[in-house]
Amino acid sequence: MTLKARVIPCLDVKDGRVVKGVSFVDLVDAGDPVESAKAYDAAGADELCFLDITASSDNRDTIFDVVARTAEHCFMPVTVGGGVRTTGDIRKLLLAGADKVSINSAAVKNPDFVAEAADKFGNQCIVGSIDAKRVSKPGETPRWEIFTHGGRTPTGIDAVQFAHTLVEKGAGELLLTSMDQDGQKSGYDIELTRTIADSVSVPVIASGGVGTLDHLVEGVRDGHATAVLAASIFHFGTYTIGEAKQYMANHGIAMRLDPPGE
Amino acid sequence: MRVAIIDYGSGNLRSATKAFQRDVVKAGLPHEITLTDDPEVVAKSSHIVLPGVGAYADCRAGLDAVSGMFEAIEEAVEKRGQPFLGICVGTQLMATRGLEKATTPGFDWIKGDVKLITPSDPNLKIPQIGWNTLEIQNPHPLFEGVPTGENGLHAYFVHSYHINAEKPENVIATADYGGPVTAFVADGNKAGAQFHPEKSQRLGHLLITNFLKWKP
Repeated sequence: MTLKARVIPCLDVKDGRVVKGVSFVDLVDAGDPVESAKAYDAAGADELCFLDITASSDNRDTIFDVVARTAEHCFMPVTVGGGVRTTGDIRKLLLAGADKVSINSAAVKNPDFVAEAADKFGNQCIVGSIDAKRVSKPGETPRWEIFTHGGRTPTGIDAVQFAHTLVEKGAGELLLTSMDQDGQKSGYDIELTRTIADSVSVPVIASGGVGTLDHLVEGVRDGHATAVLAASIFHFGTYTIGEAKQYMANHGIAMRLDPPGE
Repeated sequence: MRVAIIDYGSGNLRSATKAFQRDVVKAGLPHEITLTDDPEVVAKSSHIVLPGVGAYADCRAGLDAVSGMFEAIEEAVEKRGQPFLGICVGTQLMATRGLEKATTPGFDWIKGDVKLITPSDPNLKIPQIGWNTLEIQNPHPLFEGVPTGENGLHAYFVHSYHINAEKPENVIATADYGGPVTAFVADGNKAGAQFHPEKSQRLGHLLITNFLKWKP
């Protein structure tokens, strides 16, 4: 029929462990990212995202082990981001079993890194990750800027322009996170999502702010995203992946509702 | 029975290997799954799988960089008639030429060029990333028992290019993305998926199991 909208649960991983844990099913070890990945795979998630927030460079290798162990058990697409700085990092993640790799700070520092990565591994496996914050005042023409360091450090780079730069350099997809909305549970920044989704040729994943299933619907219907990413509503069992997908389908969005599992 | 998954420095090899191993176990088949960069192993295998991720020219160059590998594939597939399955760019390599970035010769097993997809709806993004259903154009043993069509199972796609096959009989399945996109091709003992069976959950499992049992 047509391509379906994707629901992507995102797991924050630090030193090889899930931050805060996942409580939606009885996992043997709620802190093991692989256990969570298996549960999401079985639940019919369309894709999985690991975000490595390991601070110490000593523990950077833990993510490779997480990805490799996930690939042993899960036969779903996996995107990995966080701390990706060299083509060597990307190669190791892909060999471990990642399908796509998202690049954030390294692209802000040097957009040509995206071009280098896309040339080597193909546009389709490079996700440009954008952390944007609204800098215009109410009533002004909306404007968003790229922030780094978890939304603390402004860069002066216009978010919409940066999105274009990433696509020109070869990013095959954009992961767009509103730093204003992240963790607020009041919905995506729809204006930001739509502004970027409507002006680039590649798919956009909406991220940051999901608190209800309506927010997922809005991300696709109003924000024109082709995929919606969420974390806590799934991790804490507020909603299951199945409920989310059924709800979106009931609201007129084409979804993959295959019976879950292998 | 040895299934050779060809390692030429491209592609998500672990996922493909694990998926085939899983299906062998699940279906209780005797096959041994081997990830290999050794042309001698490939030449003697009973099933050949060619994955591929990245740009067409890079994949072709990567394959050619393994001395004797293409000849080994020809030995197994063309001379001995063993079943072959391409995945993504591995499938595209079966075509006459790839037109991504540069013009690169393929194996010329499936007549036609590998071209950029051109959805009629300008709102559709390129690459096509995600899950789509399949429309069977020519029935094929690898799709036996696989639910297809609008209410069928979904396959996972990540691609900007597809094979524009000259012979309609080579196109086994298409997906609708602002017009038909080539999803699966075949000719005799050679078959190839544009989507990723190793990532396509239930559909992938059924397809891989059919491939392992296939006697073309």
